[in-house]
Amino acid sequence: MDDHTIICRCEDLTLGEIRQLIAQGFHTLDEIKRISRAGMGQCQGRTCRALIAAEIAKATGKSMEEIMMPTFRPPTIGVKLGVLAGGGDHD
Amino acid sequence: MTKTADIIVIGGGVMGCATAYHLARKGVKKVVVLEKQYLASGATGRCGAGVRQQWGTEMNAWLARESVHRFETMNEDLEYSGDIEFKQKGYLLLAYTEKQWNQFKKNVALQQSLGIDVSMLDAKGAKEVVPHLNTEGLLGATYCPTDGHANPFLVTQAYAEAAKKHGAEILTFTKVLGITMAEGRVRGVETERGFIEAPVVVNCAGAHASVIGKMVGLELPIYAERHQALVTEPVEPMQDPMVISLYHRLYCQQTPHGSFVMGVNDPNEPQSYNIKSSWQFLEDVAKQATTLLPPLKNLRVVRQWSGLYDMSPDANPVLGKTEVEGFFVAAGFSGHGFMISPMTSQILAEEILGEEPAMPIERLELDRFRHGDFIMEPSVV
Repeated sequence: MDDHTIICRCEDLTLGEIRQLIAQGFHTLDEIKRISRAGMGQCQGRTCRALIAAEIAKATGKSMEEIMMPTFRPPTIGVKLGVLAGGGDHD
Repeated sequence: MTKTADIIVIGGGVMGCATAYHLARKGVKKVVVLEKQYLASGATGRCGAGVRQQWGTEMNAWLARESVHRFETMNEDLEYSGDIEFKQKGYLLLAYTEKQWNQFKKNVALQQSLGIDVSMLDAKGAKEVVPHLNTEGLLGATYCPTDGHANPFLVTQAYAEAAKKHGAEILTFTKVLGITMAEGRVRGVETERGFIEAPVVVNCAGAHASVIGKMVGLELPIYAERHQALVTEPVEPMQDPMVISLYHRLYCQQTPHGSFVMGVNDPNEPQSYNIKSSWQFLEDVAKQATTLLPPLKNLRVVRQWSGLYDMSPDANPVLGKTEVEGFFVAAGFSGHGFMISPMTSQILAEEILGEEPAMPIERLELDRFRHGDFIMEPSVV
């Protein structure tokens, strides 16, 4: 992996951008998520969450267990508003 | 850690960071912000992000108008390295009852008297602004093209960085445990990382403001109330303004990112610090949104969350000094704090420093509730 490697596919963020945020002092997944949108896309962080946590661990010397995970928010998969409203197409 | 400060601000939301910025810029040497988690981790970062000037009291309309001017030039004024993403795509407020429509007429007259660019539209006019709007039963709408939205995380970050440039210190993950008093006035703040001595403390703790108030023996009439929101997958731009219908209890906007952010107000929501998400909310908001804006039925919800309104008895903030010498409050914004924070924080800083505030602040002080002197705002969502 180098600085051009895409870490968050939904929001198009590279490892270099993530490293820059960590260098600026953002040492939690919650902060990096809110500043950069990492993990806010359609997959809700399934790919990037662990990768960013590993980068924070590397930069701060903490173990992976010490890196706080952001809240896992519902719904687990994308659901159409029409389905939730009870009248739309089911797929 | 820092041992002394001139002014301590409790709360790292937009109000706390903006107030710290104004104080530091005005020359206060040592301003310290204490935040128990990270910046914008509370109500600021969970809000609907809207910025509107269409209010029903002169005070709120004026505060919002002045704040819009400041959002417009915020990137430059704060010399922010990023972009606060302020977009002025308007607000469309819908009226479905005679009572609402009559109130809107009064509001528009007030707003226009303050020079706010707002107009009244019939159903056809509303459909021109939002072509996919279901206008069945719609009596009319008001539209202000200079209303809009901004990114709450980045606005808070911009204020925090600018405050730091002017010498302020921002301590995140530093929880306040107590406030020390002596001879009836504030002496300093006990944190989980040690004691900081300071003669002035500003309570910007949002829904937790009453907890902080108790630390100096004050009963603040501010309580927490959960409000929920959701965001959809991003799609091509299709809706310019924020759409608000008090009748449907709904607000709904498309962000510059392409996703739609929306929420409904639940009139039965109890007072509590609960910020769990509920499926009842998903069903409720989906029904209202797909009724009012039918094509949205094809959008997938990717995430829902909730946050706390810091409610006050009249749904307007408690701002300014208190009977405790050195203790100031800026809380109780009741769901419209983010949008008026640029101007409110400036007025608060002026008041704290003994300057003439740009707006008389007495009207908003804590004392008003003891006198039953409520500020009735007819346009709170």
